[in-house]
Amino acid sequence: MRVMQPRPALPPGRLEEKFDDKKPRYDAAEAVAEANRCLYCSDAPCIAACPTGIDIPTFIHKIATGNTKGAARTILSANILGASCAQACPVEVLCAGACVYNLWGREPIQIGRLQRFAVETTLEKAPRLFQPNPRTGKKIALVGSGPASIAAAGLLALEGHTCVIFERKELPGGLNTLGIAPYKMKGPDAIRELEWILSLGDIELRTGVEVVGGRASGPRQISAEELISQYDAVFLGLGLGADSKIGIEGEDGPGVWGAVDLIERIKAQPGFALGGVKRAVVVGGGNTALDIAHELSLLGVEVDMVYRRSEAEMSGYRHELDGARKDGVRLIENRQPVAVLRDEAGKVTGVRVQRTEGGRPLPGTDEVISADLVAVAIGQNRATQVALAFPGVQLDAKGRVVVDPKTHRTGNPKVWSGGDCVNGGKEVVNAAAEARTAVRDIVAALSGRP
Amino acid sequence: MADLSIDFCGVRSPNPFWLASAPPTNTGDQIMRAFDAGWGGAVWKTLGNPIVNVSSRFGGVDYGNTRLMGLNNIELITDRPLEVNLREMRLVKKRYPKHTVIASLMVETKEEWREIIHKVEDAGADLLELNFGCPHGMCERGMGSAVGNEPRVLQEIASWAVEFAKTPVIVKLTPNVGDITEPGEAVVRSGAPAASLINTVKSIVGVDLDTFVPLPKVGNASTNGGYCGPAVKPIALHLLSQLARHPECSKLTLSGIGGISNWRDAAEFIALGATSVQVCTAVMHYGYRIVEDMIEGLNDYLDEKGMRSVSELRGRAVPQYKEWGELDLSYRVVADIDERTCIGCQLCYVACMDGGHQCIHLPGRSEEEARRAGHTHLPREIPDRVVTAKAGTPGARVPFVDDDECIGCNLCALVCPVPGTISMKQVPSDRPPGETWNDRVTKGTDFVPGGLDVTAAVRAKKAPKQA
Ligand SMILES: Cc1cc2nc3c(=O)[nH]c(=O)nc-3n(C[C@H](O)[C@H](O)[C@H](O)COP(=O)(O)OP(=O)(O)OC[C@H]3O[C@@H](n4cnc5c(N)ncnc54)[C@H](O)[C@@H]3O)c2cc1C
Ligand SMILES: Cc1cc2nc3c(=O)[nH]c(=O)nc-3n(C[C@H](O)[C@H](O)[C@H](O)COP(=O)(O)O)c2cc1C
Ligand code: SF4
Ligand code: SF4
Ligand code: SF4
Repeated sequence: MRVMQPRPALPPGRLEEKFDDKKPRYDAAEAVAEANRCLYCSDAPCIAACPTGIDIPTFIHKIATGNTKGAARTILSANILGASCAQACPVEVLCAGACVYNLWGREPIQIGRLQRFAVETTLEKAPRLFQPNPRTGKKIALVGSGPASIAAAGLLALEGHTCVIFERKELPGGLNTLGIAPYKMKGPDAIRELEWILSLGDIELRTGVEVVGGRASGPRQISAEELISQYDAVFLGLGLGADSKIGIEGEDGPGVWGAVDLIERIKAQPGFALGGVKRAVVVGGGNTALDIAHELSLLGVEVDMVYRRSEAEMSGYRHELDGARKDGVRLIENRQPVAVLRDEAGKVTGVRVQRTEGGRPLPGTDEVISADLVAVAIGQNRATQVALAFPGVQLDAKGRVVVDPKTHRTGNPKVWSGGDCVNGGKEVVNAAAEARTAVRDIVAALSGRP
Repeated sequence: MADLSIDFCGVRSPNPFWLASAPPTNTGDQIMRAFDAGWGGAVWKTLGNPIVNVSSRFGGVDYGNTRLMGLNNIELITDRPLEVNLREMRLVKKRYPKHTVIASLMVETKEEWREIIHKVEDAGADLLELNFGCPHGMCERGMGSAVGNEPRVLQEIASWAVEFAKTPVIVKLTPNVGDITEPGEAVVRSGAPAASLINTVKSIVGVDLDTFVPLPKVGNASTNGGYCGPAVKPIALHLLSQLARHPECSKLTLSGIGGISNWRDAAEFIALGATSVQVCTAVMHYGYRIVEDMIEGLNDYLDEKGMRSVSELRGRAVPQYKEWGELDLSYRVVADIDERTCIGCQLCYVACMDGGHQCIHLPGRSEEEARRAGHTHLPREIPDRVVTAKAGTPGARVPFVDDDECIGCNLCALVCPVPGTISMKQVPSDRPPGETWNDRVTKGTDFVPGGLDVTAAVRAKKAPKQA
């Protein structure tokens, strides 16, 4: 590992430190007890439900026999981001949701918590679990340092390739560091995993450097053209862009936040405080909306979630809604915000909403929900414009980078891509799976060249 | 990466993990799939003159939520024609020349032994295993454990095999004997270089209380079967170590069998003297795939202990297996409850009250209440401790141990549902350091007063100074 500049750590004094872990790491006795509950199914449905196909019964069996290190090997060789996935994955809709115990009306196996136990305890004691292949001399540039690029860099480095990661922010890790709800995983956990990946082989991380389409101006930028000409391959892990806006009266100004922006501050900005906010309105019905609502609620704010359609149509997960409700979040369905209300001083006082039917507002049904903070979580813009600077790379109508799903190669034979910028915004585990697909193809392509 | 390969009587095997002769080694196809999964060797399902089997055949013993803690079977040796088995054995050896194929054999007459040994060696068997252990069906015909039970017969048949065989002979022993060293010595006398143990333990797994037919049921009757699986591991470990520490039998190369389910079990058998280990029930329960964890777990364990090969582990625990009279009487432990992890179930309390020495106490009781509950001795002091248990009502339910009265039996630690919560701490004792019972016998201080008058009178004459 070569470190060009010291990587910024997460200083203390962050709001996220106030959150308790909802699923703390098991101790050994707890892990073995839970592991012994697993039936060690044959052709287990939990494996099929994991986007990276971790051999779950095998790793759980290994925990039960005391072979924790082997369990970590099984996990990480299928999913190099096994550590953060253990905490971030919505297991209720993935592996644990497919556990056969559900069919018997019994608690599914706590797969995420077992995974966390195995990976964390192993890497603390034996971080050198994998040995990289001898250096190949090939260089790959990775744009962005989110889960997609980090996973790809780790796997490429194990193959012996040299990796350089360009991240425009000062803090690396993408949404893994800046977005995951702090009661699931905190920033330092993501950074620790990232440091481990960097230690796997020859990986350089350049933070504060943006890849741009046109000419680079200054040391904090580098052009797409330069990457294409100086590297053997490029991986685009661009993620998504800034929060979308609703476009209503009163939206601009203090007190109205984009949800992802607000979450980033809660997680990473030392000294950031809500400053006496008592009531908040969260706009949206997806998982980001549920996350920010849940986080604000746990910080003692009274939260109303306003969603345009009915509860049944929400894209956010049922289990996340249940969890948020348990912690005090109230859902107001079939309402559309039409204006943010402010007093003379410009301070937010509430949100005017209209009832909706089938998502469409009904005139004359206005209501006011009082609030002193509004968080808008109706989606994120695309950050994929820069991809077009790589000749041959295409975006689809929704602004997603177009790849061949079998190889994750773009229209440019030297450019691959994966993660949110390709799938439009899924989970960390999908980024890891797509990165692995891309790496297989990159490795094959590079070995085929002189 | 430690070297897991072994040398078994001159035959090299890629690792010590072998499948025991049983349904998992019934066919060549199965054995090849097992080798693909990582097994180093396979003892073919016992060959002989084909037999007829019954249905059903197995019975299981569950304990709480754990299925198949023990397995019982009334299956006989292979029911497939010898020629088919031999053809498949030849193919297996051709495709997997580095893996170890052991032919398990059971026939009756000297001529039968001569013919079958010739045939399996011709098919490529690396080693022979004489099944003198099957405790059901075959023994009634004078084979299996009927042979293993009779050291003289065992010696005679085994020496025929040694005479006819070009490959090394392993004698598989039955645990259904009073003293395993008797058949063990007979193996040594026969000239066979190796023994494997254990075969199954005679058993009846249960009774159907509606029909009064023992289990497993065959029509309206049943018979005794052979018991195996995790439940028999302690029996197997003991019998194995009896041979491993016997001056003559320890010269045999040993293959350990009985209840082995994971790398840890395997490591224990090896530490007590086994060169290879054999597995049946765990594979019948979970499949060949369990070997991955066995290989990886043993490897990591050896690496962690700084042992470069599995042979460095072999027999490491044998010298520490002593007679009772050689144990240190001054060693003393007492139970210690960790209030940080105790969940307040009080199983330790009830176990010690009714099955121990009444030295675990509940907090918050007056002396009066403690006596009424059945305590005859009260602790000198009552610890004052803050309880932080995750699940418990703080303080109120965490028991404490009276160190002075605790005899260090381990019972509470064994019943505690949260591993690690009760640990046994070594404390000083008032007995002479290092003294054993045998020392006392030598010194003549082995009389413990408080017994029978007759005994006391005899002792008083022998050792008048003794109190
Ligand atoms: C609020 C929120 C909560 C979430 N919670 C979960 C969860 O609980 N569990 C889960 O599995 N998933 C969750 N997700 C989704 C998950 O975070 C993403 O799927 C995952 O981070 C995608 O990884 P990525 O690498 O594709 O993109 P990102 O994590 O977005 O990383 C992209 C990186 O690229 C950088 N970048 C972009 N363009 C450039 C450029 N031109 N030059 C240099 N750098 C650039 C960005 O700064 C960023 O650091 C959540 C997402 C959000 C928004
Ligand atoms: C169904 C069944 C059939 C068996 N058949 C044989 C056999 O044919 N020959 C033999 O030597 N042992 C036989 N055994 C005994 C096993 O080889 C082994 O010695 C015993 O099961 C102990 O090992 P385990 O606890 O791993 O099962 C059989 C065991 C079972 C359960
Ligand atoms: S489905 Fe459930 S019980 Fe079966 S292997 Fe997976 S986690 Fe274990
Ligand atoms: S395990 Fe297979 S052979 Fe045995 S009873 Fe069940 S179905 Fe039949
Ligand atoms: S058995 Fe263990 S958990 Fe239960 S009360 Fe005793 S120490 Fe506590």
